[in-house]
Amino acid sequence: MSIDRRQFLAVGGAVVASAALAPGMRLIELAQARSPDQAVSNLQRWGMLVDTTRCSEGCSACVTACNKENGLEQDIRLDIRPQWIRKVTLRDENTGYVQTLPMMCQHCEEPPCADVCPTGASFRRADGIVLVDRHICIGCRYCMMACPYKARSFVHENLTDQRAEIPRGKGTVEACNLCVHRVDEGRIPACVEACNADGGKALAFGDINDPASDIAKRLATQQSAEIRADLDLNTGVRYQGL
Amino acid sequence: MKSIDFREIEGRSLGYYALLAFFGVLVLIGLAAAYYMETNGHHVTGMNNQIVWGMPHVFAVFLIVSASGVLNVASIASVFGRVMYKPLTRLSGLLAITLLIGGLCVLVLDLGKPDRLIVAMTIYNFKSIFAWNIFLYTGFIAVVAIYLWMMIERRMNVYTRPAGLLAFIWRLTLTTGTGSIFGFLIARQAYDSALLAPMFIIMSFAFGLAIFILYTMSAYSLTGRPLGDEILRRLKNLLGVFVASVLYFVLVYHLTNLYMTAHHDFEKFILLDGGVYTALFWIGQVLIGGVLPLVILYHPRLGHSRRMIALGAALVLVGAFCQIYVIIIGGQAFPLLLFPGKVVSSSFFDGVIGQYRPSLPEIALGIGGVAFALAMATFAIKILPFLPASLADADVDPHQTGTKATEAAHA
Ligand code: SF4
Ligand code: SF4
Repeated sequence: MSIDRRQFLAVGGAVVASAALAPGMRLIELAQARSPDQAVSNLQRWGMLVDTTRCSEGCSACVTACNKENGLEQDIRLDIRPQWIRKVTLRDENTGYVQTLPMMCQHCEEPPCADVCPTGASFRRADGIVLVDRHICIGCRYCMMACPYKARSFVHENLTDQRAEIPRGKGTVEACNLCVHRVDEGRIPACVEACNADGGKALAFGDINDPASDIAKRLATQQSAEIRADLDLNTGVRYQGL
Repeated sequence: MKSIDFREIEGRSLGYYALLAFFGVLVLIGLAAAYYMETNGHHVTGMNNQIVWGMPHVFAVFLIVSASGVLNVASIASVFGRVMYKPLTRLSGLLAITLLIGGLCVLVLDLGKPDRLIVAMTIYNFKSIFAWNIFLYTGFIAVVAIYLWMMIERRMNVYTRPAGLLAFIWRLTLTTGTGSIFGFLIARQAYDSALLAPMFIIMSFAFGLAIFILYTMSAYSLTGRPLGDEILRRLKNLLGVFVASVLYFVLVYHLTNLYMTAHHDFEKFILLDGGVYTALFWIGQVLIGGVLPLVILYHPRLGHSRRMIALGAALVLVGAFCQIYVIIIGGQAFPLLLFPGKVVSSSFFDGVIGQYRPSLPEIALGIGGVAFALAMATFAIKILPFLPASLADADVDPHQTGTKATEAAHA
């Protein structure tokens, strides 16, 4: 997706303006600064930082919030139930140390899912959010084979009680979309909101391309890691304390 | 030498119609199964979010790989100038087309949205090997159809060789493309190997030839046409070579995996403690599909019995099926390695072996695809001259080989 000069100026202007006005609060304002008819821009890259040391085993606030937000609450057999975010428990083989963390689509910069998708239904938006266009997904499930993080679910049965703003459908593949509908309104993903309200405040969200954003500052000054960094996918979701 | 007398089969006996009807019923059952799966959704199959490709993919890959392999017989004649194989070229091309169509039907009917096939045919992501394969597959059908036309139409016979060469190159590319579908899945240990694509090619040689031998033997015995011992002997010896090569590739694949420490646990899974996958590997793939056929095909006495040759070819196909099952299902069942050195658990089956039990509709769909391929071939040999009236040794002329003879035959 290319942006034309006017859009570039508009976004650039927004960056400058918000940088001048309210350092630190930028990510939300930037999202708002982009009016709906403007193209998404690659000046931004939405990302998430997970501090696993703050994520506790009993808590699943993020999962509950995601299911509610995206209408995933149907009572479906576990092995075929779509799970956009899940809590994973890790136990060190040698020391027995246990930790837990949320796993979801890592919003890879070089997404293998999009590379293999025959129709281009899986794609990465200019701002880094990886999405499935449910209207051209043919349900071949190749993306599920290709995703290194097991981030995707296939809708195995007819769905009822869907939310109007979250199109879903039997026979297509879906995954975490970073609550794109919220982000486009200048809000943060439901899981992040819930974790900060009811959980351990382990999740942070923001524009990692904006050096002044909280998340970019933390990424620049603190240790963080990608899962399966060996694959070199430059994920938008990163973890601390692994 | 004599020119080959290709002739349509009569196809008016009760047996012929019964056979077609039998295939037809299987096709209908397959279609019904597909309809059932699509209307209900894949929850009525054994597939789930862990094993996303199930039995239909096993059948489809089996058919597609065999399709490109079965063309090998024709290539040997047209490209490598072995005159002995010339009478077999047409059937080889025909089976290549029908098997491929059968496989593609299964693949398409297993999509989550088969009604969107038109989307798949019109919107392409050229980075995707899947999208490339759509061209490779449709192109293969066209190329082989042209090749058949050059062979059947007397005026066009001079172009048989270039057309055959094109078809040969195309089929190698096609199998490489099919193998690469898995080769691109770098995150999964089973498929993280450069050997996969060449292994698929050699698998296709063996599976395709086994199908060819069985089909030829059945067709000639059912129509009462003569089939010589010499031609069968050549075919079965060639099958033996291919089967041995598959075994060799499998060995190298697992040895290289064992060499890479990161893949030890996966190797342990397939070779030692993978339950059904380990059993399918050792008993199905290696013993039934490899060692037994080799013993039969090269045994000084058994290797001469027609029944035994047919049995050997059938066993190769049983092994083929097991092998593809282990590659596709076993490869998915083994969990993704996300956190080395950690024992992982979650509600999403992280860190556990994926569970899969093939369901009846999936199997019915797959069998329907095989039946469709065979039905098309069996119908085609009635309306067009695909089969030589005789494959008796004297008619096939086993003593002349080489390009010269091929050219003579073309003239
Ligand atoms: S985590 Fe998986 S689904 Fe998400 S962008 Fe990466 S490959 Fe695609
Ligand atoms: S299942 Fe849909 S999104 Fe995934 S690769 Fe196939 S068409 Fe693309």
